[in-house]
Amino acid sequence: MAGDQHKEKGRIFTRRSLMMAGGQAVLMSALAGRLYYLQVIHSDEYTMMADENRMNLQLLTPLRGRIVDRFGAEIASNRQNYRVVLIPEQTKSVEETLDALAQYVDAQEIDRERIFKDTKRKRGFVPIPVVDNLSWEQFARINVNSPSLPGIQMDVGSTRTYPYGDLFAHIVGYVGAVSERDLQTLEFDPLLELPEFRIGKSGIEKYYDRTLRGKAGLSRVEANAYGRTIRELNRQEGIPGNDAVLTIDKELQQFSAKRLDGESAAAVVIDIHSGDILAMASVPSFDPNAFANGISSKQWKALVEDEKHPLGNKAIGGQYPPGSTFKMIVALAALEAGVITPDHQVFCAGYTQLGNHRFHCWKRGGHGTLDLVGGITHSCDIYFYDIARKAGVDRIAAMANRFGLGEKLNIDILGERGGLIPTKDWKLAVQGVPWQLGETYNVGIGQGYVLATPLQLAVMTARLANGGKAVRPRLVRSVTGTPLEGAVAPLNTVAAETEEIGINPKNLKVVLKGMYEVVNGKRGTARSAKITVEGWEMAGKTGTAQVRRISRKERIDGVLKSDEKPWEERDHALFVGFAPFDDPRYAVAVIVEHGGSGSHTAAPIARDLLQETLRLDPLRRPSYDIAKHGAPGARDA
Amino acid sequence: MLRELGEKNVQMPLTRKIWDMNWGFVLLICATASIGFLMLYSAANGHLEPWASRQMMRFGAGLILMFVVALTDIRIWLNLAYPLYAVAIVLLGAVEVMGVIGMGARRWVDLGPFQLQPSEIMKIALILALARYFHNIGLEDVRKIRWLIAPILMVLAPAALVLRQPDLGTALMLMAGAGIVFFVAGVRLWKFALVIGTAIPAGFFAFQFLHDYQKNRVLTFLNPESDPLGAGYHILQSKIALGSGGVFGKGLLLGTQSHLNYLPEMRTDFIFSMLAEEFGMVGGLLLFSLYILLIAYGYAIAYRSRNHFGKLLAIGMTGIFFLYIFINVAMVMGMVPVVGVPLPLISYGGTAMLTLLIGFGLIMSVYIHRDLDIPGKR
Repeated sequence: MAGDQHKEKGRIFTRRSLMMAGGQAVLMSALAGRLYYLQVIHSDEYTMMADENRMNLQLLTPLRGRIVDRFGAEIASNRQNYRVVLIPEQTKSVEETLDALAQYVDAQEIDRERIFKDTKRKRGFVPIPVVDNLSWEQFARINVNSPSLPGIQMDVGSTRTYPYGDLFAHIVGYVGAVSERDLQTLEFDPLLELPEFRIGKSGIEKYYDRTLRGKAGLSRVEANAYGRTIRELNRQEGIPGNDAVLTIDKELQQFSAKRLDGESAAAVVIDIHSGDILAMASVPSFDPNAFANGISSKQWKALVEDEKHPLGNKAIGGQYPPGSTFKMIVALAALEAGVITPDHQVFCAGYTQLGNHRFHCWKRGGHGTLDLVGGITHSCDIYFYDIARKAGVDRIAAMANRFGLGEKLNIDILGERGGLIPTKDWKLAVQGVPWQLGETYNVGIGQGYVLATPLQLAVMTARLANGGKAVRPRLVRSVTGTPLEGAVAPLNTVAAETEEIGINPKNLKVVLKGMYEVVNGKRGTARSAKITVEGWEMAGKTGTAQVRRISRKERIDGVLKSDEKPWEERDHALFVGFAPFDDPRYAVAVIVEHGGSGSHTAAPIARDLLQETLRLDPLRRPSYDIAKHGAPGARDA
Repeated sequence: MLRELGEKNVQMPLTRKIWDMNWGFVLLICATASIGFLMLYSAANGHLEPWASRQMMRFGAGLILMFVVALTDIRIWLNLAYPLYAVAIVLLGAVEVMGVIGMGARRWVDLGPFQLQPSEIMKIALILALARYFHNIGLEDVRKIRWLIAPILMVLAPAALVLRQPDLGTALMLMAGAGIVFFVAGVRLWKFALVIGTAIPAGFFAFQFLHDYQKNRVLTFLNPESDPLGAGYHILQSKIALGSGGVFGKGLLLGTQSHLNYLPEMRTDFIFSMLAEEFGMVGGLLLFSLYILLIAYGYAIAYRSRNHFGKLLAIGMTGIFFLYIFINVAMVMGMVPVVGVPLPLISYGGTAMLTLLIGFGLIMSVYIHRDLDIPGKR
């Protein structure tokens, strides 16, 4: 019995253990099947996911192209910024390392609180900035002593720098961090997403941003689960940005800004044949370096609230009544229309009556009888009321347009404004009332609705002086290297045959004669501002633009002298001119806001600018050789 | 003649025992453990320090213990089964009272120079005790419910104590291992069906009536190692490691998932993923083959044993070994939820290695004393 039971026990055990083995075999097969499923059927997917895990793409920031003046002086460049960063996990104690570092740099500059906060927030291998903008000596000293500074690493960054400070702020502009709006509006570029990346925010920096920016390189690195880079897998170098060569002569620009210093003013010096702008000053200005490094709200507020508007570029964005500088246009309109001849005479009694309104000449006693040259020389208002009436406002407007007034000249920086040249249609469309003859009188002396920018006046003068060719202004002569994708080519790169405006040379000659007399004639309004160097004679035209209407009462009581009025009520002082008269090359336009009178304030400035231009004579000096200096990558950082 | 020996309860000479030892089994164990050393060498980026060398030392010590266990007369193990069980229960109780916090749950008891994990001892003690119990009762009794009350209590008592630690993995392992012994001892199949058939729905039913926070508490209790999100991440990374290994693997030291730390716990619970990443499916199947051979040895030894205690002991130990393998591999391949079960002979860690080698020692002892006929008490 016991033996049977024993045998039965063994049989049951054998049967049950075989079932057990079968079950385990099934489960083992399931494991093997799963292994096959993961490692063979879905292997590709998981391989991709493994690569996604470990590969990290890092952008390599290209060096931004420089901006140089026409002779190669650096106006915007990249400064190496020597920095010290701390890698917490390599220190014994962050505190100790910072104490040791304090021997080499100003202890005040180490913001311990921020560093400790960063240390806690970030992982141990992430470099934390400690101090930047170190001098080379400090940098070298820390480098030598690095064995005693565990966790300290030296780093060289690149910061945009403008060595001439406020001198080129309005032309070159500045760079700044990429804003949310930039991301939405600009063409996609992965560089824009880098937190430290800077793009052009205004001026040349903005207009030629894609040219200057360059193309990002790419570094593929292997990173571990904590984000630490283990090694670089491959690397594709980026393309540094192209350099831009300005038309500006740095020395002339310096002179212009200095000459205008203290005023709220603008001046433009232009090559009358090529349209190259040799100097474009707008004062007061601001320091673009402050923007590149981040500006404080206090500084910003001061700039915005300044009544002299340092942030605006008055040379292209300031619109002023051109005053008497507009009279050449009126004269040419009348001459070309054939409504007068150069001999046309007008008697000036100091005023003229139109209906029940009396129009005054700037000279109370009147000029007597004048012909056209005399009218320009004396800037007689009565003469120009007369010929403006004869020509009509629409002919004047057409002539103004041919000389570049009334619309944007599309110069290669932003912020340009078009000014205003009124016509009968314009007034009807905008104000809904017909044009009045009296308004034509006002246009005749460059007042009323007429507005122009200093740049437009300079271009107008250039077109007068070059014999009626429609030159266009430009600020960038050329760009180095091969143009990058999306890059902007400089305007007027190839000096194409300039379009003729189509003015009768005889008529033009009469007007230029008038401009010569303004400066060099015995009775010219700018006779005190002539250039005395032989062969450099200047011709030009003064302008004094009223900021507000002179009331009848004031006329009776006697008009106040400019310097007796509060600053913001004084007249704008203007002057346009060119030189040398016999062989013109340079034109200039000067406007001094509330400067009083054109002859006393603007003309001497223009004279000085032209004389300095002729002394420097930038057109006759060899300019920056792109072929020699501009090979991509050949320039220094 | 041997049968005679058995009947007369003669002591076998030691030399004879050593000669009789199952050296092929020992070789397989060493081969499998060597794969573990290789993976730990890889985990240290090609260095024996710090893991591989320590694991080797532990293995060496464990091997000696295994031989001692193997050479000890199986009748001594039979006699020690209940006392060992009693000690293990007391130790489990001690954990409850004075256990130190470790791995987020109380599992260790501090015994001065080393820490002891009583739940590991219990795995062996429970199989021994059950084997002794079923060895002693007749087949008729096995089929009577009243004879099953005692062994069921023997299982539930330690399982409940382990659950309180809380360590669901080990508790389930204890119950599954015991189940295997019950099964091969010849407990009626419908009884298993009844237990499984009522326990699972009852569990789910009870779960539905809990509040959300209570459910969460239960879920955390079921899976104390990590929150669901973290576990999901671990499993995904483990699957990526496995899948990207492909058929032939990335090569020793070249696993990106493991060496770049995307794979969690790669020295312990997830070491199989690392192996399969570096050696591919070929490596994985090779390890499976070694395991299957070891299990086959266990079965063969059980069949060869003339005494019922040896049969049950060998199958029980083999069963525990299989459960370790299955739960660990199924977990890293995302087939079962994450439970902290190491891969036998491969994962880094001393306690599990020791338990396993003692288990193998017992299996070998069954082999050495296979021809002893030990009569049951009744």
